[in-house]
Amino acid sequence: MAALAAEPPAGIVPPAVSLIGIDKRFGAVHANRAVDLTIARGSIAGIVGENGAGKSTLMSILYGFYAADAGEIRIRGRPVSIRNSSDAIALGIGMVHQHFMLVDTFTVLENVMLGAEGGAVLAAGLRAGRATLERLERDYGLGVDPDALVGDLPVGAQQRVEILKALYRGAEILILDEPTGVLTPAETEQLFRILRTLKARGTTVILITHKLREIMAVTDRVVVMRAGAVVAERDTAATTIEELAELMVGRKVRLDFAIAPCRPGPVLLKAEHLRVRDGRGVVRLDEVSFELRAGEIVGVAGVSGNGQTELLEVLSGIRPLESGRLTVGDRVVTAEAPADPAAMRALGLAHVPEDRHRLGLVTAFAATESSVLGYQRDPAYVRGPFSDQPAMSRHCAGVMERYDVRPRDPKLRSAGFSGGNQQKLILGRELNREPKILLAGQPTRGLDIGAIEFVHRRLIERRDAGCAVLLVSVELEEILSLSDRILVMCGGRIAGQLDRAEADERKIGLLMAGAQGTAQAA
Amino acid sequence: MSARPAGLPRWVDVGLIPACNVALALGVAGLIVLAIGESPWRAIRIMVTGALGQGEAIGYTLYYATNYVFTGLAVAVAFHAGLFNIGGEGQAYIGGLGVGLAMLALDRLLPGWLLAPIGLALAALFGAAWAAIPAWLQAYRGSHIVITTIMFNFLAAALIVYLMVNVLIAPGSMAAESREFAPAARLPMMHEVLGMVGIKVGHTPLNLSIVIAVAAGIGVWLFLWHTPLGYELRAVGHSERAAVYAGIRSRRVVVASLCLSGALAGLAGLNEILGVHHRLFLNFVAGAGFTGIAVALMGRNHPIGVGLAALLFGALQQGGAELAFEIPSITREMVVVIQGLVILFSGALAYWLRPSFERLFARGSG
Repeated sequence: MAALAAEPPAGIVPPAVSLIGIDKRFGAVHANRAVDLTIARGSIAGIVGENGAGKSTLMSILYGFYAADAGEIRIRGRPVSIRNSSDAIALGIGMVHQHFMLVDTFTVLENVMLGAEGGAVLAAGLRAGRATLERLERDYGLGVDPDALVGDLPVGAQQRVEILKALYRGAEILILDEPTGVLTPAETEQLFRILRTLKARGTTVILITHKLREIMAVTDRVVVMRAGAVVAERDTAATTIEELAELMVGRKVRLDFAIAPCRPGPVLLKAEHLRVRDGRGVVRLDEVSFELRAGEIVGVAGVSGNGQTELLEVLSGIRPLESGRLTVGDRVVTAEAPADPAAMRALGLAHVPEDRHRLGLVTAFAATESSVLGYQRDPAYVRGPFSDQPAMSRHCAGVMERYDVRPRDPKLRSAGFSGGNQQKLILGRELNREPKILLAGQPTRGLDIGAIEFVHRRLIERRDAGCAVLLVSVELEEILSLSDRILVMCGGRIAGQLDRAEADERKIGLLMAGAQGTAQAA
Repeated sequence: MSARPAGLPRWVDVGLIPACNVALALGVAGLIVLAIGESPWRAIRIMVTGALGQGEAIGYTLYYATNYVFTGLAVAVAFHAGLFNIGGEGQAYIGGLGVGLAMLALDRLLPGWLLAPIGLALAALFGAAWAAIPAWLQAYRGSHIVITTIMFNFLAAALIVYLMVNVLIAPGSMAAESREFAPAARLPMMHEVLGMVGIKVGHTPLNLSIVIAVAAGIGVWLFLWHTPLGYELRAVGHSERAAVYAGIRSRRVVVASLCLSGALAGLAGLNEILGVHHRLFLNFVAGAGFTGIAVALMGRNHPIGVGLAALLFGALQQGGAELAFEIPSITREMVVVIQGLVILFSGALAYWLRPSFERLFARGSG
């Protein structure tokens, strides 16, 4: 460090990263517009912005995935050229991706050393690697067992392995892309403690996110991007969530809009003693009973992986029951009389699935085709033996208009839309038929704040129109702000039911933790 | 967030790049011809005139192309359902058997205008039935379709050898061939059809099957992109989980798509048996089922692409035969090498040139 510090003007500590006039286009898309950015050494900087604002592109340029069309990068004051990720690593830049790049069947140690084995004979490298890992463990206290198989680790620990990988390669500047999307609240807290330790030891951390609460909790400074440009920079201490949200979206955003009191109607869906095993014979749902009434939103809270996915699959007809009874209208579904998703749809049940990429749409299909997925045999889209393409296109254009899907191009492949717009397309498809029952799985996961507001308003709108909504979410805030009643799941069972009036984060957290405690003890 | 590639104009993607791939393949083939001491220019001239030079050459090219359209479409349909049907060879073989059995039984009882549709139906039916077994195994037992369809090619070959040698052989014949069908049992030759409307062309094996092939191509296009079942087939192929979510019964779709694939392959048997040879014999498919894989690959599994690729492979087949005939030092095996190079460059290396073109066009527009 001392050697490098000699080059910039004496007496000033140069910033860890300076980006000067970075410009990048992808065809017609202007992803980064003359971005200027400085990040002080040993600080935690947040970059926020809606989906498609250019945050990830900017970081990908810094990490060498893309070359900028124009502009200059300086690392610790020195102009550098970063042509690929090896250049970036050599400059002490590390990146933790949103989707982990780990080999599940390797141990932590093997994963960390992958690509940096240090010679043809593995044993010597492993010994040296183990020593380094032990030192890192002492310094940063990440709490990861080097000999654990990565596939056996919970998501939060896998993320720490990714951080270890970066540190092992000598990262002094660590970029984290949406790191908390997959974490539980407790894991998020742990991550933030680690980031603070890193900062205390001089590492510069860049956090890309659209969760403003996290920005407020952990960063020193925050950069707001919109439409490829930096629109504002603030000291975190001198700003508020409201101000940042407004800067990101470009208009005032309210997530705490007034909700009319719930007027529950008749029971539309009744689950009694549902029980489900997965392919390996593990019980995933047990003794799940509840009622869903017209005109109410029932929130299902819980740490991800406690049976919520299976619950949605059973209710939507994707997964058969092992035992129990599910009554939808006059139809009774049991293990002996199963119903497939087409049958459930015919009963007026719509399903916005948790995994929108793999379930909600066919990414290779044009938007028009994805906009009728599940309804492809509906008389509205069939004429004689053929699909009625004009009717499908009209339907898609209508959904795009009403649900503000951008770009409004029915011919564009579904994969070409951003996550938020894919979700709006799915929501539009499912709500367009005014379903009696709506299953909404993580409807706002990965969406930016503007899109979240939109989705929430549509859900409330449906509820007020008499639809029975089951909202599954790992975001407690979302559950608390939308639900009329709350079910908390843990270990495949319903750990508790709360009314809106009596529910708060602490109570729900305790019920969620019942399962978590036993899981950690095991 | 997601980086969209610069993107190429469509004509470059589906026209220029494949053309360059073929040119490269022919270039390398030229080097090989040069290496064995012949003139590449003369060789290519013989190939081109041999395939497209005059009416008869074109007739033969189209006759070969007919088979490739059927087997190429067969592979393409299965591919859209996410299945790799390697069994076109066996399905075509069994399809031909179906035609042959029907003709041997009925050719003296029914008129020609009835025999042709019966032959068509049985070719499709037998091909579909032969594909149905691997399809069922794949859908309900999880046996991998690539393995089972390959094995079914061998089973088809063994079955037909047995039937030809022991059951269907013409009395008193030394060769494993059936008797010739009655004159009514044949598809009209194209030179006869065209002759009736006053167009005189040379005698070639080209028959009405080519019209059926064109109809099959249009039918496949309509089916895949304009029917609910076609939609479901593609949904299963792209994302089985999304298909389940959509209430599509993916197992049934798998079986249906492979049966359709087998039926299309079976029609290649129609071309050979009812169109050209009018008797059953051994190995009449002659590799067309396997070539269909390359045709579908090169044609990007689209009926138009399959048609164009089938024409190219038909031309290579016919031009190659002429080449082997005109230049004795270039053997039939050499012709197979040339075909192999075309497959290598336009199949395995199909996207090899793409980055270069992307850079070129990015610079041009930027």
